[in-house]
Amino acid sequence: MYCRDNLESAERMQRCACLQTETRILTLVIRDADRRTYIEGALLNDNADVPIPSVILRTEHLSRSVNGRLIVDDVSFEVNQGDILAVVGPSGAGKSSLLRLLNRLDEPTSGTYFVEGRDYRDFAPRELRRRVGMVMQSAYLFTGSVADNLRFGPRQRGENLSDAIVSDLVAEVGLPDFASRSVDNLSGGEAQRVSLARALANSPAVLLADEPTSALDEEAKRGIERLVVNIVRQHGLTCIIVTHDTAQAGRVATRVLVMDAGKLKRIGPTQEVLSAEHT
Amino acid sequence: MQNTLSSRLMLGLAQAGIAAAASMVVVLFARRRNIHLESELFIALVRGIAQIVAVGSVLVLLLRGPRWTSGIILAGMMLAAASTSSRRARVPGAFQVSLYAIFAGAGSVIALMTFARVIDSAITALVPVGSMLVANAMNTNSLALNRFKADVQSHVGQIESALALGAGAEQTVTPYVEASFRASLIPAIDSLRSLGIVWIPGLMAGMVLSGAPPLYSAIYQFVVLAMIFAASGLTSLISTTLIRKHAFSAAEQLVLRPELPAH
Repeated sequence: MYCRDNLESAERMQRCACLQTETRILTLVIRDADRRTYIEGALLNDNADVPIPSVILRTEHLSRSVNGRLIVDDVSFEVNQGDILAVVGPSGAGKSSLLRLLNRLDEPTSGTYFVEGRDYRDFAPRELRRRVGMVMQSAYLFTGSVADNLRFGPRQRGENLSDAIVSDLVAEVGLPDFASRSVDNLSGGEAQRVSLARALANSPAVLLADEPTSALDEEAKRGIERLVVNIVRQHGLTCIIVTHDTAQAGRVATRVLVMDAGKLKRIGPTQEVLSAEHT
Repeated sequence: MQNTLSSRLMLGLAQAGIAAAASMVVVLFARRRNIHLESELFIALVRGIAQIVAVGSVLVLLLRGPRWTSGIILAGMMLAAASTSSRRARVPGAFQVSLYAIFAGAGSVIALMTFARVIDSAITALVPVGSMLVANAMNTNSLALNRFKADVQSHVGQIESALALGAGAEQTVTPYVEASFRASLIPAIDSLRSLGIVWIPGLMAGMVLSGAPPLYSAIYQFVVLAMIFAASGLTSLISTTLIRKHAFSAAEQLVLRPELPAH
């Protein structure tokens, strides 16, 4: 919602076509009020005065089969730095299965993917998972305080988050003064916010979110949506969010990927894909 | 000598017949209430007597052998115990884990106690006492592995959340390893605690029946239960430590997951 409004105004105000050399394909570049750049199209000019969004994640023929059944079937796509890519599709389409491959909670059976240009197997699994954070359907907080939860990730690498960073993080997810609270009495929405802050504490480059609002009521859901969009923008993150709710995809995503029966059915800018889906 | 042996054998069979008749009475009562156990019980009785006579005969032969024979018998028992235990647990790697744990756990306690002369090295003492340790180690091992599996499968979300935050795979299941170890030892601890109050176990009964001084038999029963605790505890400690790595793939992915429903 927030994001799209911004995008539309950006489009009106600062739409520009880049200078292209004859070897490059024309690209539409949209810059919003925060000087973030959105690019649709194919190859980019590297000579323009706009920062060129880089491909942060790219999959190549990514597949996973379980018991002889392909649950993710030959999926190839790219995600640019700064994108919020919504993965939509009917239940059982392989959305969550695809997401789980991207931080290696499951192993691809064929194909591969690249994070920041490196093959996923070139990372130690723990390092990959730090760079590609994940928020799940339920918060799954660890017993203890909110601060304990935020410190969990960095502690795995022997780092101890300072109190200042912890209070910044909780404030950022809209829960100031929650740091010392026990996680036992949090509402669903609050727990999901803590889970988001916990993933952020690891300073990931990419944030995966697997139906993060499906267990929440409408109000908490909208709150999380706004939060995700803000956080992605402020941290210069890239986000892939799985949702069964195309309206939600419309509110948060810059791009949408549609899956069906394990296959990539369509990918592109949000409005384009959603209107194509509705016809 | 031959005479007493065959008369003892006849006595045994007669006693077996009377005891079997007592169980038949239960079947008759059950029949009146339309619960038919006849064929089931008949098969169980015949099977039971045949098995125990067969094993008894083999033991009679083995008991005449040299002392190292008991090592082979106990090793065979441990192998069978590991196989039984792993079939019950159905966890990846369970057989290997159970085998190492029972050999290292029960095996080392048996060896040490025999060396310290707590267990008589005569086959007639070593095999029965050793088999008690192996059987209890097996049960403890099954309990530990089952509990571990159940705990992990019901905490997939927590475990994968920790993995997704960059936690080391084996560390994410530490609470379940500890809970499994603790839970698996409850029977062994309870046996020790209730010894003599709730039950007088078979070994003491056997020793008294065969003419050993009752007080010594009582103390020795405690000795056996303490050894059972040591063997079971060590087995469970080893199996819960070893099984954790089988819950994960080399790339630190949780593989010990509930069966996925077929779509």
